[in-house]
Amino acid sequence: MLDNEEFMLENSPRELTQNPLKKIWMPCRNAHIAQRRVCMTNCPTLIVTVGLPARGKTYISKKLTRYLNWIGVPTKEFNVGQYRRGCLKIYKSFEFFRPDNEEGLKIRRQCALAALNDVRQYLSVEGGQVAVFDATNTTRERRGTIVKFAEQNGFKVFFVESVCEDPDVIAQNIVQVKLDSPDYIHCNTEEAIEDFMKRIKCYESSYQPLDEVLDRDLSYIKIIDVGCRYLVNRVLDHVQSRIVYYLMNIHITPRSIYLCRHGESDLNIKGRIGGDSALSPRGKEYAKCLRKFIQEQNIKDLKVWTSQMKRTIQTAESLGVPYEQWKSLNEIDAGVCEEMMYEEIQEHFPLEFALRDQDKYRYRYPKGESYEDLVQRLEPVIMELERQENVLVVCHQAVMRCLLAYFLDKTADELPYLKCPLHTVLKLTPMAYGCKVESVYLGVDSVNTHRDRPENVRVQRTTEDALLTVPAHL
Amino acid sequence: MEPPQLEHLRRRRCDSAASVPQFCNSPTMIVMVGLPARGKTYISKKLTRYLNWIGVPTKSFNVGQYRREAVKIYKDFEFFNPENEEAMKIRKACASAALKDVAAYFSKEQGQAAVFDATNTTRERRAVILSYAKERGYKVFFVESICDNPEIIAENIKQVKLGSPDYVDRDEDEAMKDFSRRIDCYKSSYMPIDDEKDRKLSYIKIFNVGSRYLVNQIQDHIQSRIVYYLMNIHVTPRSIYLSRHGESELNLSGRIGGDSGLSPRGHKYAKGLATFIRGQNIKELKVWTSHMKRTIQTAEALGVQYEQWKALNEIDAGVCEELTYEEIQENLPEEFALRDQDKYRYRYPKGESYEDLVHRLEPVIMELERQENVLVICHQAVFRCLLAYFMNKPAEELPYLRCPLHTVLKLTPIAYGCKVESFFLNIEAVNTHRERPGNVDINRNPGEALQTVPDHI
Repeated sequence: MLDNEEFMLENSPRELTQNPLKKIWMPCRNAHIAQRRVCMTNCPTLIVTVGLPARGKTYISKKLTRYLNWIGVPTKEFNVGQYRRGCLKIYKSFEFFRPDNEEGLKIRRQCALAALNDVRQYLSVEGGQVAVFDATNTTRERRGTIVKFAEQNGFKVFFVESVCEDPDVIAQNIVQVKLDSPDYIHCNTEEAIEDFMKRIKCYESSYQPLDEVLDRDLSYIKIIDVGCRYLVNRVLDHVQSRIVYYLMNIHITPRSIYLCRHGESDLNIKGRIGGDSALSPRGKEYAKCLRKFIQEQNIKDLKVWTSQMKRTIQTAESLGVPYEQWKSLNEIDAGVCEEMMYEEIQEHFPLEFALRDQDKYRYRYPKGESYEDLVQRLEPVIMELERQENVLVVCHQAVMRCLLAYFLDKTADELPYLKCPLHTVLKLTPMAYGCKVESVYLGVDSVNTHRDRPENVRVQRTTEDALLTVPAHL
Repeated sequence: MEPPQLEHLRRRRCDSAASVPQFCNSPTMIVMVGLPARGKTYISKKLTRYLNWIGVPTKSFNVGQYRREAVKIYKDFEFFNPENEEAMKIRKACASAALKDVAAYFSKEQGQAAVFDATNTTRERRAVILSYAKERGYKVFFVESICDNPEIIAENIKQVKLGSPDYVDRDEDEAMKDFSRRIDCYKSSYMPIDDEKDRKLSYIKIFNVGSRYLVNQIQDHIQSRIVYYLMNIHVTPRSIYLSRHGESELNLSGRIGGDSGLSPRGHKYAKGLATFIRGQNIKELKVWTSHMKRTIQTAEALGVQYEQWKALNEIDAGVCEELTYEEIQENLPEEFALRDQDKYRYRYPKGESYEDLVHRLEPVIMELERQENVLVICHQAVFRCLLAYFMNKPAEELPYLRCPLHTVLKLTPIAYGCKVESFFLNIEAVNTHRERPGNVDINRNPGEALQTVPDHI
């Protein structure tokens, strides 16, 4: 926070201009405007995982990284195991991890340092906000090294420890993510499991979990038995608070999330964006097919969510089951461009049309929203999707792109161009470290509403260049 | 689909068309646990206020209140002596009476959550509550507050106990002594929630006012929200300053919404605000604005860094943006009447309702709880929502709270509530407050509809 005195003005206030892309009001004299992004901390944060092998550290690291990036906090994970694989081309056996293997220890320490170095590069030089340091970090000594490193570099530290003694969970972990690891490519399943169990044993004797008394000045969350219980200590700031909230809402119970758009609408047919129109005849046909599809999927305890716009509600009505309406799932607000065709937008607002093509993620329609705004609006939906099990979300093109980007870890640049055609259901099933996607086209024709980024995004482009990629419509 | 006029007024609880799904299944009993002076009532009241604000009908039941009804005059700590059989009988009866009222709140008043505020320090007492809840299909979530920091406890006692009806005729030292002995009465029989024996229960343990938490078996959405909220509140003294932007050009012409700049008087206010803020000598003040020109212009005059929140934007009046009330009455008389009938839930066509606004503002409130000294420069409807949260105003009153231009409200949490100081910075401005008119019928005449419209150019 800058000193009051530094900016003291005795005369007239600064003139404001509205940034044409994001429609943000800023003073002309280009002083730093703090725009409410998620992370307003000045210090970057180092998240450090702690735990024996097969406790879900990498799963948590990847998921947390994906979530933080999606909500706009530049985050990167650093998996020390990867560094080790980079260093030690061939993994022979668990012997490498024996606590008395001096050679092994040296290499592992080097790898940890190399990773920390890259962390420093990412946070101090490359503009990263959060780094997730994914390793066992099971000794107090190792954690002390990291804390010191963070202090020297002005990073905050937040530990995420996963503690689990349930043999079923551990076995499941190993089957899901260890057997396919590069380490075990040449082993059969039994060999791999046997070796991995011995690997875990190597860590057990020296494992010093975070201690309520000894570590009372550290900031951390201890996750016990995959979320039955949490111990949270000294949450320092907003980002840490969000991280804790997120970690407390995720689970690993198998389930699927179905994403689809409303059936084709009357405005879709006319090539108009936004609005609140009803389903076209083909859209109604789709709704019936969706019902059949859902019934055939035989889903246990399916929850159905829609937006508060007529076309998603009409689609859900066909299913014949209770559904919940979320205003947050409403389509992106196109402001002054609501219900216009792209041709009309080009005619009336050629500048806006070009700006949007230049940066579709951050571009905010005049009196409307941007994809960036949408993501913020959808965050509670994502949080609740994490809590839930089987859910069908009937939504809209831009909304579906945002949700899909979250599940499939797509960047902000890719997000606005993800293909989400009408009359197609995406079934997302979390698996290993990611998400299996099955795309089911329900066989009912519809217009295409996907407009690719045209070649020419310059403000002075011709109308033809601007409208090159507009999909066909009535 | 229902006729469009009624759509935005349709509000049932479970198949509600509110901004968010209501997540209502079984009602939830939130049960406080802890020795006296550990902040249980503070947490109960605050949590109740928060849950009501976000739309979960909640009520707190303070067993101490029941006891004060039953035993008109409080003599001394001996009442709480575990050997005092007569008193034990009364105390048990009070707890039962409170439980019965909880049941009535759930079944007859459509409550969704009840906070059962008592010490509940023995396993036996908690077992009674658990079986009562189980019989009726209520979920139970325990909130235990554990604190052994003598300074915090002493501060608690000073802030809320000395002023209690129990000690109204005592002098401070006497009261302190008696209360300490009261705490001692509980200590010997206190059995905190046990991490092993109680591992199937859902609970949060709060240690030393939030430096550490233990969270066990969160069952559902509402418990997850409660935990998140409890982990974000603090008791560090601070003040929150709320103000609207300076008078704007559209304010002058009686038009709602829009994104206009400040009027000359508005600019004067901004300067006045800067002077006022400097005079308050606030430690590490954060300043927040919306994304709209008028709040940003106001903040610019302060000469300090500020953060822009889109969530603080004024309520979206949809098709009515930039209209005067007269124009709304002329073009959309039915909408105008519907709004007067239920101003909280009414959603402008292609716009928002106050109910939507509250949902939008929830992250702002959460961050306000985390922060210390903050100045929020916002808009009339937004201000009303924030104020309703801090002052515990119900949905019916919220849209009619008075939030005049050019007036700063300073809110300072004290005891169980909030001290409010209002500062009019002595710069004239139009009045933008429109009272609910006498006649809200759709068939009213324009004169009746426009009766309460404030003056403008």
